[in-house]
Parts: sequence; C-alpha cells; structure tokens
Amino acid sequence: MAEIAIKGVAKRFGGFTALHQVDLAIADQEFMVLLGASGCGKTTLLRIVAGLETPSRGEVWIGGRRVDHLPPRDRGIAMVFQNYAVFPHLTVFENIAFGLRMKKLPQADVERRVNRTAELMHIEQLLKRYSGQLSGGQRQRVAVARALAMEPDVILMDEPLSNLDALLRLEMRAELKGVLAASKTTTIYVTHDQVEAMSLADRIAVMHQGRIVQAASPVEVYRNPAARFVGSFIGNPPMNFLPASKAANGSWSVAGLTLPGPKLDRQKIEFAIRPEDVDAGDNGLQATVRVIEPLGPHTLITCDVEGGLFRAVLDSSATVAVGDRLRLAPKPDRIRWFDPETTNAL
Amino acid sequence: MSTVAETSAAATTDARKAGDWLLVATALLLCIWVLLPIYLLIINALSSPQDVTGFPKRFFPSFDLGSLAFFINFAGVARALWNSVLVATLTMILSIGFGAPAGYALSRFDFPGKGVFRFLVLMTRAFPLPLLALPLAVMFIRTGLDDTALGLALVHTTLALPFAVLITFSLFSGIPVELEEAAWTLGCTRWQAFRKVILPLALPGIAASAVFAFTISWNEVFAAAVLTIENRTLTAFLLQSLGESPLYLKFAGGAALVVPALIFIFAVRKYLFAMWGIANR
Repeated sequence: MAEIAIKGVAKRFGGFTALHQVDLAIADQEFMVLLGASGCGKTTLLRIVAGLETPSRGEVWIGGRRVDHLPPRDRGIAMVFQNYAVFPHLTVFENIAFGLRMKKLPQADVERRVNRTAELMHIEQLLKRYSGQLSGGQRQRVAVARALAMEPDVILMDEPLSNLDALLRLEMRAELKGVLAASKTTTIYVTHDQVEAMSLADRIAVMHQGRIVQAASPVEVYRNPAARFVGSFIGNPPMNFLPASKAANGSWSVAGLTLPGPKLDRQKIEFAIRPEDVDAGDNGLQATVRVIEPLGPHTLITCDVEGGLFRAVLDSSATVAVGDRLRLAPKPDRIRWFDPETTNAL
Repeated sequence: MSTVAETSAAATTDARKAGDWLLVATALLLCIWVLLPIYLLIINALSSPQDVTGFPKRFFPSFDLGSLAFFINFAGVARALWNSVLVATLTMILSIGFGAPAGYALSRFDFPGKGVFRFLVLMTRAFPLPLLALPLAVMFIRTGLDDTALGLALVHTTLALPFAVLITFSLFSGIPVELEEAAWTLGCTRWQAFRKVILPLALPGIAASAVFAFTISWNEVFAAAVLTIENRTLTAFLLQSLGESPLYLKFAGGAALVVPALIFIFAVRKYLFAMWGIANR
C-alpha cells in the first residue's frame, strides 16, 4: 500500500519560485503523469518526492508515512533518470543488483531477482556487459530493471523516454505500461510529451508555472480542460478559442453565431472548441480557408475566423480549396466556455 | 565564370596550404624548443666523460653508464634521493587529502563564497616562492619545522594544492550527479554513494593528480634549498654540490631529475589535458 500525498509543497531557488503551494493525492498503484512544458516545475516536484530536493514548505507522505525529512534511501522509492544513470564501472548484472546488495540480501535472492527483472525487461543476454557497450534503448531497460528489482512502493520516472528515437519510444512506451501495471507499483512519471502522457496515465496532472492546473483522467483533461492553458497545451492541434459577447441571458454571440451558453452576469467570455468538433455545414462560424493540410484519415484546415486563426479537422473526403468561405458548425455538447480574466473553465 | 571560380578555389587552397605549413612549422619549432635540451641531456648523461667534453658530438649515446654510476655513488646522493621521494610522497598525500575534498565540494555544492574560493585557490599561485620562503624559513625555525621532510612537504603542498583542487574539481564535475543520486535512491548514504560509485570512477584521475603533485615537489628547488640544510632533496643537493662538479656529472644529475618527472607526466598526460580543457583523447 503506497498512496502518495503531496500537501502544500512549495520550492524556491533563491528568488525564483519553482513550485507554488502544490497539493496532489495519488492513489495506491495509480499511474500518475506530471505533464507540462519545460520549466513548469514537474521535475522539481518529482525530485522532492524522491528526496533529492528539499521542499521550502509543505509535506510529502508515502504510504501513510511522512517522508519529507527522510533521505531518499528511506522512502521506499526507486527512480529512473532521464539520462539513465547506469553505473559505467559495473556490469548490467551488478547495476541491477546494486540496490539489492545495499539491502544486504543473500546472494541467491539477489541472483533470482536480477534474473527475473532482466527477463522482464528482455535484457537477460546483456547481464555481463558494461553500460558503454549498450545502446540507448538497452541502457533504458537496465535503468528500469534496476528500479523494478528494488520492488519499491513507488517508482519515479523523469522523462525516461525522451532520449530515445521515435520508433523505440513507441515500443518502450507500450512495454513500460505493461510492466508497471503488472508490478502493481505506484508510479509518478514526468514528461513534456502529451501523447506519452495520454497513452500511459491513469491520471494526468497538468502543470504550468509551478502550479498543478488540473489533475484528472486523460479523457477528462482532453474533453473538459479546467483552464484555458490545459486546452491550449493538450491536443494537437490545440483547442480553438474565440471571444464571445453577451447576446441575451444565457446566449452568447460568437463570430456572428448565437449559441446557448452559461447564464452569467457579464459581457465577455471566451468560447472554445476542439478542431475535430466542428462540421462544415450551412450554418456555423464564418471561416475563410487559408491552409489545407491533408493528413490521410482527415484533413486539417487553418482558417480565418473574425481575424484570428481557427483550426478544423475535416473528413478527408471534404473538398475545400484555399480562399473558400466555409460555415463551421460546432457540436453543441463539445463547446466549452472560459473566463478570460481567471482563464478558468466556466 | 568557371575560370573565376577555379582561381578563387585555387586561392583558397593556397591559403589553406600556407596555413598548414605555418601550423606544422610552429609545432616543429615548439617541439625542438622542448625536446632538444632533453635530448642533449640524455645523450650526454649516457656518454662517457670523454665524449661529453669532446667534439664533434655523437647523435646516439655510447651507452656508457660511467657518469651515471659515478653519480649514484657520489656521497650524499642516495640520501638526497630518499629525501626527495619522502617529501614528494608527503606532498602527494597532503595535496590529495586536502585537494580532492575541496574539488568535490566545488563540483557538487553551491555555497556562499564559492567563486571567491576558486579564485583564491588560483591566487595562491600568484605569490612568488622567494617572497614566501624567507618568512617561512623564520617561522619554521621557530616551530622546529626547519630542515624536516614534513616542513618542506607543507611548502610543496601549497604549490601543488591548487592543481590538485582544480584537477579533481574537473574530474568530479565530469561524473554526472545523477549517478550519485541514483545510488542514493538505491539505498546509499552520501558516503556510500561516494565510495561505491564516484570513487571508482574518479580513481584514475585522482591518481594522475597525485602523480602531478609528486612531480611538482620532485622538481621544486628554491624552497628546498632555503628550508633544508642537512636533509636536502635531490634538487637542492645538486644545486649545491654540482656547481663545482665536472660537466658529465652535471648531465648525469640532470637526467636523474628530469627522467622520472617526464615519465610521470607522460603517464598522466590525459588527465592534465582534461584539466586544461583540451579534448580528452
């Protein structure tokens, strides 16, 4: 049982605040992905959980035990580093055995656990090699095996796939998901790659400027962004935003279209829609086509709507040409509204 | 059109060729500058006394060990040699003992005054030894450190320490901090992580830095001459007693000093290059 609770954690480096007051609860065996652009504080948060960084404020609990004052070795964690950190002076076998030897396990147990995890990560034929004789992907496997062999309560991963080439990354992603699910270990996984986050996570915590903006399931984060930032960061192409002004109580005028929306006592809010949630029809947002990008299964068009860029994903059978004037009708149940001042969802 | 292109291409080739020549000539000149004295020294040390004073010179030594044998048996040489080794060994231990922890601290920790500390380490090289040696001699006489191996080793340590700090600093900086952090997460204390991960990786470089400290002490003559009387090191002894000796003995003594230092430096050149920012090959 290793649920993690991060309570009011803040971190300052000199005058720079890397984390403001972060709260996050992670359930036992959950796969939590911290997602954000570089410099958003996700790695700092991971390192605070690992004990490699001391929080300026706040508490970290793992498995019902407060650990923020404990050194990394007493926290029941194992970590996989971005550059793998495979010890170059030890063989693969000794790398995987390193933590087990520190625990003073009997040799037979060490061998059993090393062989089992090596088999799990498909590196049993590499056990006698040194890290200098391994490819990047193989080093990655050794680093994961070394963490798994510890049978930790929590595995922490810091962008483990970012140094692999695209094809290998895809392969390792699927494999990691399988292996970690089978190990029933609570996982915190840091990445800047939204596709990786979506495909791996039970829950994604989207971070921005030292704060967690939203922590929810991948579909929830995609469909119902809690803030404008989430909508614009997740999804490729990202969400479209248009200004909306009040037409009547509970109805808003967006680019010449009147749409039912939240009943609010204010004049201006923001309308948002995902590019795939519009249909070309007779009635909709007036758009002038600027760029057409056929992508195979569908066609991405970039248009002008009210002087701003607007992207739409249309079926590839649609016949459009640059300069065409289209009517793009948003699917009513997919429309989201944001407060332009707080940028939060309405 | 094409002729213009060809001429300009030819001009670039010419310029590049001239540049290559300049490079080769400079390198050659520098090599001669450094190697010729060493060559002459070794030729003369390995020649018989008659050859040393005779003319024309031979290109290859006659491998007459007479001068060297005489030199080794010269009264006081064995003792001076022993003193040199003792002082150099002490210097080596002291400079690594103090220098390696300082280098580690510089590479791993951020502490107030870090920049100043690094600067001061270098600044110790700014004081000419003669300036220090006389006050030191007075102080050593007062404390009873004069004419002892330890006293001289302390002075040599101040000379070698900046290099020890800077070499080990670049050495530890070259070892990714993630390796240490990985060791911590795998159950190591700070000390265990250092001993099991950092030390094995840094050991060859630390050894190189130790050898360099040894060589600095081995070659140092001024402090050795001022601060010792009975317990002279080889350099101080040679300075004192070879002034009046015949030429061939001077060559033998010179070779006895230069050759060990050369071998040491050659053995650790890779790490010294790394310290000076030249690609590590």
